[in-house]
Amino acid sequence: MSEIEFLNWVRGPGFQIAIIIFVAGVIIRFAEILLLGRKPNLAEAKGSEMSSGLRTIITRSIPDKGTFQRSMFTVVAGYIFHLGLFITIFLFAPHILMFKDIFGFGWPSLPTPVVDAMAIVTIIALFAVLIHRMRNTVLKFISTKEDYIVWLVTILPLITGYIAFHRIGMTAPTLLAIHILSVELLLIMFPFTKLMHTFTIVMSRWYGGAISGYRGVKS
Amino acid sequence: MSDFSIVQFNIQIGDDLTHNVKPLLHEIKHGLDKLVETGQTSIIDLRSIPLAPGEEDKILSMLGQGEVQAQLNALGLSEVTETQYAGVWIVTHYNDENHIISRFIEVTTMPEILCSQTEDIMAAYSRLTVSLEDNV
Amino acid sequence: MTNNSNKEKTLGEVMRSRGVSRRSFLKFCAATASMMAMSPAMIPKIAHALESARRPSVIWLSFQECTGCTESLTRAHTATIESLIFDSISLDYHHTLQAASGHAAEEAREAAMNENWGKYILVVDGSIPTDNPGYSTIAGISNLDMFMQTAAGAAAIISVGTCAAYGGIPHADPNPTGAYSVYDVIKKFSNNQLDGISSATLAKAGEGSVVSKPIISVPGCPPIPVVITGVLTHFLTFGTIPELDHLGRPKAFYGQSIHDRCYRRPFYDKGLFAETFDDEGAKKGWCLYKLGCKGPTTYNACATTKWNDGTSFPIESGHPCLGCSEPDFWDGGGFYKALSMPTENITQTAIYTAAGAAAVGVALGAMNKSKKNNAVAAHNKTTIDDLEK
Repeated sequence: MSEIEFLNWVRGPGFQIAIIIFVAGVIIRFAEILLLGRKPNLAEAKGSEMSSGLRTIITRSIPDKGTFQRSMFTVVAGYIFHLGLFITIFLFAPHILMFKDIFGFGWPSLPTPVVDAMAIVTIIALFAVLIHRMRNTVLKFISTKEDYIVWLVTILPLITGYIAFHRIGMTAPTLLAIHILSVELLLIMFPFTKLMHTFTIVMSRWYGGAISGYRGVKS
Repeated sequence: MSDFSIVQFNIQIGDDLTHNVKPLLHEIKHGLDKLVETGQTSIIDLRSIPLAPGEEDKILSMLGQGEVQAQLNALGLSEVTETQYAGVWIVTHYNDENHIISRFIEVTTMPEILCSQTEDIMAAYSRLTVSLEDNV
Repeated sequence: MTNNSNKEKTLGEVMRSRGVSRRSFLKFCAATASMMAMSPAMIPKIAHALESARRPSVIWLSFQECTGCTESLTRAHTATIESLIFDSISLDYHHTLQAASGHAAEEAREAAMNENWGKYILVVDGSIPTDNPGYSTIAGISNLDMFMQTAAGAAAIISVGTCAAYGGIPHADPNPTGAYSVYDVIKKFSNNQLDGISSATLAKAGEGSVVSKPIISVPGCPPIPVVITGVLTHFLTFGTIPELDHLGRPKAFYGQSIHDRCYRRPFYDKGLFAETFDDEGAKKGWCLYKLGCKGPTTYNACATTKWNDGTSFPIESGHPCLGCSEPDFWDGGGFYKALSMPTENITQTAIYTAAGAAAVGVALGAMNKSKKNNAVAAHNKTTIDDLEK
């Protein structure tokens, strides 16, 4: 297989396979969660589920003072790499083109050097959280194999993307193909790992807040 | 579409698109330094450097015109001009159809192509000899 | 065709006999160095080598091709300098350019082969069909047979154009003629995967002799004329093949991508793109990435060598690079689809998948729910009686 054939495969059938697994996986996971249902709560509602739920989505996204002081590193590094992922994935011009091709609409991009710098910051932040995870006794104890796999499939597209952009070591078609392949790996792993939190986070935060709201307690 | 016009690429001379113009001029400066210090000449092939439309003209206009302008008639026209900076020459070779086939910046006291070549001098000697024998 | 009596003379002698002065020769060498993307410091070396070079015999075979490569090459043949290169080779067979035809032409080819066995350069343009020998024949000889016979005695093979280098358009999906590149045909030949080849050819070619031939690929649709002549001149000057990359392309011309040498690269870096062919960005000459430019994955010399006597190259004329000097450029999902876009219709795939997955999800959910209900139903409450047992 020549490098252009490889590139054409990852841009074509490879991407198609990854999208099928990703879309099917995410929908099935959601259906499973939502259709399981909950027992009807027979207690009288002491507050609004909806407003408490919505409020919690926001309040839980902002660390309170105590949490921030206790685990400043996790909060700061966590925010940096999540923001960095958002910028590199959604605000890089070639990526927006891909979304435009699928969704039918696009949005403005950031200048390439900004995204380039952000990619480096994100890679550093991801390495920092990995080192933190491995050196902190408690974190190390509660980490499973899945945590490390998820970390790997997240950082791979960043590293391969950075290398592909700067064309280090190999020819451009090969590097681009490897980058797309790493994204396909991420898409395939996505529904079956804790990467699903990207979609479930809003729902679960709402749900946590809604329970408290029903009981009339602060969440 | 009454005012149909050819698309004008809005690239200004000052845009410095490829960032190759300044380094090239610096290379010429170093070439001059080397020529004075060690007598070593240098040649830059303008075709080997990626230049945006207008950038080659920018280089040529910055180097300007000097005292010497020569034309050769060897397999088509060639132009050899000294720029306003003595020792910096522009050598442009054209083909029979007056298309530029190569253009060099030479940093030297005299581009080699202007000098009479030994082989040609030898051929000239025998030609002159023959013609003198025939006519005298 | 050129005069055979010149064959034994060196290039220097040929030139002098035509009254070409040393000064003109120096100009020729300077132009050659520039054309071959060599350092000007190489000019004296080129002069010395060309002076004593002998005229090699060149046999040019055209198979499944459109003659675009020959058209391109003859555009390089406009004036004195380039014609000198052609006068300095002996083009003994080229069925588009030669006056002879039919048996006379084939006899010329065989004569040139026998006379220069092991020394001539074989230039191939077009891909070679391997499915049915009848798909493409010349004088009743199948392309495959003719290629193998001629390749056997060649000093080196130059694959001119994308078809000869990678299979090109005939090789594009679904490849109805089983077309392959020169390199692939030789590789298949060495693995004995070819059925169409006659036993006589096999006997004459001899397996090892063809497999070990150096192959220089000069892809492009068509290739840049001076790149074709540059490779010939390199062989003529140094008697060796130029330094090649992993696809067999001369590094001097295919060493850097179009994107790397593109004068519009700064716009890419700044994120300034033409969105359509007639918007403000297009008029300002911004980057054509979004319009499908394959410059980032294409290795060729267009950005510096340019086309039509150095006038411009596709991107300078406002059109994205098609990537014609890369393998399978025809099957890349469309010329106007940006490199970062998937080549298949992903939207449709996603919608169908979503519909199917929703049904599966509902079924799975229902199954889980009934499992849960069964578990609840099967759960017996402990009674006083149980405790008293």
